[in-house]
Amino acid sequence: MFGEPVRRREDPRLLTGRGRYVDDLGAGALEVAFVRSPHAHARIRDIDVSAAIDVDGLVAIYTWEDLPASLAEPLPLLIPHPALTHGRTARPLARDVVRHVGEPVVMVVARDRYLAEDACALIRVDYEVLRPVIGPERAAGSRRLVHDDVPGNVGAHLVQEVPSAAGTGAREAIGAAPHTLAFRLDIERSASMPLEGRGVCARWDADDGSLRVYSSTQTSTSVRMAVAAKLGLPLPKVEVIAPDVGGGFGVKVMHPWPEEVLVPWAAVRLGREVKWTEDRREHFVSSAHERAQVQFVRVGFDGEGRVLGLEVTILHDHGAYTPYGIIVPIITSTQLLGPYKIGAYRVEFSSVYTNTVQVTPYRGAGRPQGVFCMERTMDRIARHLGIDRTAVREANLIQPGEFPYDQGMTFQDGRPLIYDSGDYPRSLRMLRELIGWDSFGELKARAAAEGRRLGIGVGCYVEGTGVGPYEGGHVQVTSDGRVHVSTGLTSQGQGHETVFAQIAATELGVPLERISVVTGDTRRFGYAVGTFASRAAVMSGNAIALACRKVREKALRIAAGVLEADPRDLEIVDGEVRVVGAPGASVPLATVAVLSNPLRYAFDEEAARATQFAGASPPDAPPVAEGEEPGLEGRDYYSPIRSTFASGMHAAIVETDPLTAEIRVLRYAVVHDCGRLINPMIVEGQIHGGVAQGVGGALYERMVYDEHGQLLNASFMDFLMPYATEIPPIETAHLETPSPLNPLGIKGAGEAGVIPVSAVIASAVEDAEGIPIDRMPLSPSELFDLRRAAP
Amino acid sequence: MKPPPFDYHSPRSVGEALEILAATGRDGKVLAGGQSLIPMLNMRLAAPGHVVDINRLTELAAVTVGPDGVRTGALARHAQVERSGPVAAAQPLLRRALRLVAHPAIRNRGTVVGSLVHADPAAELPAVLTLLGGSVRLARRGAVRDVPAARFFTGPLESAAEPDELAVSALFPALPPRSGTAFHEVARRHGDYALAGVAARVRLDDDLRVAAAEVVCVNAGPVPELVDVTGDCGHRAPGTADWGAAARAVRDRIDPEADIHASAAYRRHLAGVLAERALRDAATEAAGG
Amino acid sequence: MGEPVGGGTDIAITLTVNGVVRRAEVPGRRLLSDCLRHDLGLTGTHVGCEHGVCGCCTVLLDGEPVRSCLMFAVTADGHAVTTVEGLAGPGGELSPVQRAFAECHGLQCGFCTPGFLCVVTALLRENPVPTEEEVLEGVSGNLCRCTGYQNILRSVRRAAEIMAEER
Repeated sequence: MFGEPVRRREDPRLLTGRGRYVDDLGAGALEVAFVRSPHAHARIRDIDVSAAIDVDGLVAIYTWEDLPASLAEPLPLLIPHPALTHGRTARPLARDVVRHVGEPVVMVVARDRYLAEDACALIRVDYEVLRPVIGPERAAGSRRLVHDDVPGNVGAHLVQEVPSAAGTGAREAIGAAPHTLAFRLDIERSASMPLEGRGVCARWDADDGSLRVYSSTQTSTSVRMAVAAKLGLPLPKVEVIAPDVGGGFGVKVMHPWPEEVLVPWAAVRLGREVKWTEDRREHFVSSAHERAQVQFVRVGFDGEGRVLGLEVTILHDHGAYTPYGIIVPIITSTQLLGPYKIGAYRVEFSSVYTNTVQVTPYRGAGRPQGVFCMERTMDRIARHLGIDRTAVREANLIQPGEFPYDQGMTFQDGRPLIYDSGDYPRSLRMLRELIGWDSFGELKARAAAEGRRLGIGVGCYVEGTGVGPYEGGHVQVTSDGRVHVSTGLTSQGQGHETVFAQIAATELGVPLERISVVTGDTRRFGYAVGTFASRAAVMSGNAIALACRKVREKALRIAAGVLEADPRDLEIVDGEVRVVGAPGASVPLATVAVLSNPLRYAFDEEAARATQFAGASPPDAPPVAEGEEPGLEGRDYYSPIRSTFASGMHAAIVETDPLTAEIRVLRYAVVHDCGRLINPMIVEGQIHGGVAQGVGGALYERMVYDEHGQLLNASFMDFLMPYATEIPPIETAHLETPSPLNPLGIKGAGEAGVIPVSAVIASAVEDAEGIPIDRMPLSPSELFDLRRAAP
Repeated sequence: MKPPPFDYHSPRSVGEALEILAATGRDGKVLAGGQSLIPMLNMRLAAPGHVVDINRLTELAAVTVGPDGVRTGALARHAQVERSGPVAAAQPLLRRALRLVAHPAIRNRGTVVGSLVHADPAAELPAVLTLLGGSVRLARRGAVRDVPAARFFTGPLESAAEPDELAVSALFPALPPRSGTAFHEVARRHGDYALAGVAARVRLDDDLRVAAAEVVCVNAGPVPELVDVTGDCGHRAPGTADWGAAARAVRDRIDPEADIHASAAYRRHLAGVLAERALRDAATEAAGG
Repeated sequence: MGEPVGGGTDIAITLTVNGVVRRAEVPGRRLLSDCLRHDLGLTGTHVGCEHGVCGCCTVLLDGEPVRSCLMFAVTADGHAVTTVEGLAGPGGELSPVQRAFAECHGLQCGFCTPGFLCVVTALLRENPVPTEEEVLEGVSGNLCRCTGYQNILRSVRRAAEIMAEER
């Protein structure tokens, strides 16, 4: 099972309209809409709801003043960090100042969403409009402030410095290097943009004093704790379920969203089921964005292109608030190093507030920016020295014999940045072969003879995956022989039900059809962190494997008694425990499950075998032996000492139209190493999707703010997510370097595809055009401008 | 994103529709395909008091092809016109342009006349109507008038149709002999509104030399405007005509604006590139036809 | 129905949905997508943008793909609608298009999938042997944020094969 391209078990329901996403639940629930700020920066003078109260079907209108103390205060700062000296978070509803267009001000509950929107349209908010701060460069050090108590708009400032082996600092190393370069890079804003927006549906059971919340989230356990805390409810009385989720890509790991606490609060207060389904415009202006950075690079290198010193200064646009801390720029700073040995490295970032939507992780989470920086640097070095771009990379690669390789920094999990395994030189060789790197020159020349412009580009990355602190798994074999697996982290389309079942089937020796998997449901598993950082397979996969091993051990122990054999001589095949080499001697796992639970009452014939007069247990020992528990089940956790590091290298061939400046990706090649593959079909799917998002980020997608802080393209008409017509064929090859850190030898794959794409496309366009490409995304209009500006 | 409330009317005859429009005046909005109107309603960018749904007026669904050209009724869907063999034979530019309009599912619902009345200068069909010298037939209670394209488009998203008028059909004239057309555009994504686009028509004389060469650019000004480049390309055979000069003339005479997707300079440049391509193709077709 | 119907007043409509005659009372402004999902309980049709770009809400109206978010339920009165719930056979067996998507991993989160399935079903009915370009054009109006479209295109080709095999 493990390693096979097993078809997904999610698909039958999703293909027939039987999937259940949040908005599919709660038929007849009251519905919520919000009055959101139309201004990027303003003081609320007055809110007049009088015109709205006659709207037919209106149930309630809430402003900040209506909120209880626990909800009136700012939402939690989820990931504090010593460098985040001025962390700021929003209140669920604005109290006095709004800091970006889209910030929620008034909550309206009505019989349906149409009526709720009617009421919103009639509510008058009187604003004193303040001058907004837009763009990180204008924000940094400005006297115009997003938060009155954050001088210069700088929320965080962090320097990390890794001297060379000889103890030289980066600046000194650069100063002493035979060659140096300095340049600036720009990456614009994009966003996760799952096709299902956020959504919350809350059911309050007044009789039972319990609350059930469905949220389209990447972390149901943490939403549960937040809701319980904010509403003052006992944790066991709150359950949070992530049902089918229509994509996340990072944005849904942010929590608790204002709506995630307000909707349950309204449900309790009104004693009704209440639902909020985010619409697309809300998603644009009130969820989260990512990517925007300005980077200043200085690099010193030798004649072979070996980097002797690298200094990067990053200005990171964090939007109006920092609820998710500074994870994104930390990842940029650390993962920038990629598969390379850099002589000496200094990185400094300033995270600045602007009057725009807040920044939280989007697939890749800072890595695409870091890789863009490093790979643009590699290309610049190659051009400067007149040597092949892959040769420069080759000269800097960490070699297979050098693992574990300590980069000397602190990673996003607060642990040392130590790469566990990989084979980067081989990866690069495979990539060159896959894309035809060495013969591209001829192809390019032939095309040029026909008046066509082709270019080839390359990009490499290393991705820390499977960050801690932990995930858990629970595995239960019931007396019908079925296996029920649960884990706390959530799914947004990654096929967890399938791959976790594959792991359980392999570990337990049970047919796949007998296994069911539940994720993201706190009724089934209460302890979890969440789905992000390409961690689900590594964390929950290993936890489930460990839990299965406990169950297996117990099953063998019980079966050994029945079969009068040594547990070491037993195996489980096809759901039967049997004596190795003695095919006749076996007992079904179902029976083992029955026997594991000594009974007084029989509810069927199978159960009768475990009752007290059936002679299943010796009369001179307690029915449940010391140290044992009833039931054939196991729970275990996987908590790694540190992250495992996947890697990959991508290459692309692009064509640029000499006249129209259109950019077309003709071929896209991926060599990918995520350790052992659980399901290659699913891994490929993850890579395809990541690459497509990467192409979007490289050539199409950007959030365009004007100087007033208005998002000018808050629709799918103008935020250009690629259709099938914009995505090239993607060719993939896999390398499997097992991780030594976890029992299954796996690494994460979720974000991989997206990470180097901007770097690769920039490299290829630069090759086609002979013009430096220093900013992404790149539109035909911008390429046209670059051509005109070129000497 | 839900539409605001409105009074809904579903007339069963054109006469009834005109009565309703006369009564509702500026507060009424005609719903045909709805592919532009309903997004605006969902975003609450429009809030008509009355929506007059003409989808039951099946008499308006007709597409007729005659010697004078193609007449599309107000309910003729893009897809219906696009797929029609007789339409393609009589006026091939329609199919070429329609294939560039959004995506198939939109074209299954959107109407040709609706696109004209919407009068978006970034859209293909207003350019086609302008290039071909077509007209829109507007009916009001007791009166019908035909408004030529040159006077129909009065501004961005503004047409000559009065609030009490219903655009019942549009006429796309047939091409004279020895004529050819082409439509070229560049969009960010397939199916998007074009960054720039050019519809071109070339007519040759009896000696197969260029007698008329005209283009209309998409997204090049507040309304689609006919640019006559006959004098620029020279009274020569298509193979030797100076299409480059014609393209330069197009660039000089249009007035595109910048937006978040493209600068004005790029649009102007692109219009020139596309004009040259479209004129060449149109001339080739004219020579072959 | 010549009389105007005020914004707050419901209008009785009759739709044939997946072969079954369904009645609903809806305000004039009720979107067909909301009517299917919330009035008729057919939540398989998804809503991704409500401005006609993403294609998640695509259903078949009298057999042709249309955006159900860009149509009022009242306009659909008297027409036939097919949703994702109506694509499988009478015994619940998956259609060739559904099977191909499962076989080729043509879906991940499944949110865009109903729209793609409707579009592809119509495409292959009209054109059982589409060229690569026709396949691409056929699905070009639907957004997917998960799959990068590679396996969706494979699924369409595979569905055409399955249909040819079964013909």
